[in-house]
Amino acid sequence: MRGIAVSRSIDVSAHRQAVEFADGVYWIGALDPTLRSFDIILTTANGTTYNSYLVKGSDGVAVIDTVKENFSDEFFARLESEARYEDIKVIVLNHLEPDHSGALPELMRRAPQAQLYISQRATSMLKALLHGDENLPYTTVTTGDSVSLGDRTLQFLHTPFLHWPDTQCTYLEEEGILFSGDVFGCHYCDKRLFNDLVGDFRFSFDYYYAHIMRPFKKHVMDALKLIEPLKLSQIAPTHGPILRERPRRYVTHYRELSTSSLSQGIGSDEQSMIIFYMSSYGNTARMAEAIAEGAGDVDGVRVSLYDLEGGETDPFVDLIEEADALLFGSPTINGDAVKPVWDLLSSLAVVNLKGKLGAAFGSYGWSGEAVRMIEDRMRGLKMHIPRSGMRVKLIPTAEELEACHAFGLEIAEVLVGKSGSGGVIDFADLA
Amino acid sequence: MAKAKITFEDIEQTVNVPAGTRVIEVSEKIGAGIIYGCREGDCGTCMMHVTEGWNNLTEPSVLEEKVLKENMAGRHDRLACQAQILGDCTVKPT
Ligand SMILES: Cc1cc2nc3c(=O)[nH]c(=O)nc-3n(C[C@H](O)[C@H](O)[C@H](O)COP(=O)(O)O)c2cc1C
Ligand code: FES
Ligand SMILES: [Fe+2]
Ligand SMILES: [Fe+2]
Repeated sequence: MRGIAVSRSIDVSAHRQAVEFADGVYWIGALDPTLRSFDIILTTANGTTYNSYLVKGSDGVAVIDTVKENFSDEFFARLESEARYEDIKVIVLNHLEPDHSGALPELMRRAPQAQLYISQRATSMLKALLHGDENLPYTTVTTGDSVSLGDRTLQFLHTPFLHWPDTQCTYLEEEGILFSGDVFGCHYCDKRLFNDLVGDFRFSFDYYYAHIMRPFKKHVMDALKLIEPLKLSQIAPTHGPILRERPRRYVTHYRELSTSSLSQGIGSDEQSMIIFYMSSYGNTARMAEAIAEGAGDVDGVRVSLYDLEGGETDPFVDLIEEADALLFGSPTINGDAVKPVWDLLSSLAVVNLKGKLGAAFGSYGWSGEAVRMIEDRMRGLKMHIPRSGMRVKLIPTAEELEACHAFGLEIAEVLVGKSGSGGVIDFADLA
Repeated sequence: MAKAKITFEDIEQTVNVPAGTRVIEVSEKIGAGIIYGCREGDCGTCMMHVTEGWNNLTEPSVLEEKVLKENMAGRHDRLACQAQILGDCTVKPT
């Protein structure tokens, strides 16, 4: 049976055949139109697709990525419409997340002669995902490695952390097609399959980036260095439309999305310190102001003060991503920091905070747990806490406000490298 | 107790530690750029590069050797969650 050729009226939900979109290159994925929530952290109003691909060469067939396990039937049906299991020479998994590795064990049973190509980082995951199938033969590959299908070649690009540690991309050299895994993907199910035919999926594309790729911006930039020099006729991701029309604009868009999202005026020679606080009777607020004044005395530090009571979480997340130092002030209420502080501190999974400077402060009545709890949370987010937090019992005195001023100044000096760095500290002094 | 100095090159910070401390215990407290996952020497996430004092860390175990190899470690790369500090050394994230 022949695969279905592409026309304007394409409807891949109406059949279970492979769809040829370049000479000898087929989509053999599955549609999941009713899915509404993915990986707990994402919603989708349009379901999703699990895209799998088949490439025919003069010396064998390659399957690139599979589908979520309960969509195996659709995947195998499309595969069988175009290839025989005994001709499969190569299986590539661009990352091992179950939405793409679900049908792998069964595929390997049906095509035992096939060789599996994964990244080095994927090996320990393979064992943890395929309990009992631990003797699956595999080859690990990285940038510069390739595998031949006779007249065609699959090249591998090592693109770790997009969005799993084991992520790679696979490039079909002769056709200029990039099988990009989740990179350039989105949760958008449309039976018309191609970016020039489907509905407007720009929101879904950006939303996917924001929730899946954004925490790894640095890694995205590294990956783009490998991808940008490639001749690109089409990009074939594992979710959402195949990007056959003007594929390069998605690459450009990824670079834009990975560059600073705030176009405001903090100079590149300035460090940005943001102080967030909540205060019921104004005590923590007074501390915040004194700390801000102290920090503002240091050249090269731009200080911003925000009362969490007057803000929404999302814009603050953007600010936090761009900041160099983050201070949180909270009174202790019923033995805890206040909810808006936790709301903000629990909304930061989409940004990378590693190595940013952090500090906590707050007024308290008798026990004062909030400051330590905030510090622990910041440490959990891999931030650097150079000084232990500033606590004041009830209303700050003039001397205590002086101490807050000095505290702000000290943190700001650490930020610009005037103190703390180059020095020696004792392990026992680390909070 | 014997003391040793470990320097984290990325944040230019040196810490005096009791001999036998694991690198990860120090790096996570001061917020150095070494990241970690499992903390059990299995995932390879915490791989770091030892720029000085290679011999002042405990020898890698068989398991650590295996994980380093699986993660294509270079010469003088170690797992921060496994290596214990015996003498002065300098490390940075890989
Ligand atoms: C978007 C996403 C991000 C993930 N991030 C991490 C991570 O940072 N560290 C980790 O150990 N596992 C991570 N995982 C892997 C999950 O913890 C793993 O798949 C787990 O088995 C899911 O458990 P569940 O079936 O109870 O949801 C991530 C998975 C997804 C889907
Ligand atoms: S944290 Fe996983 S190996 Fe060290
Ligand atoms: Fe994924
Ligand atoms: Fe996926």
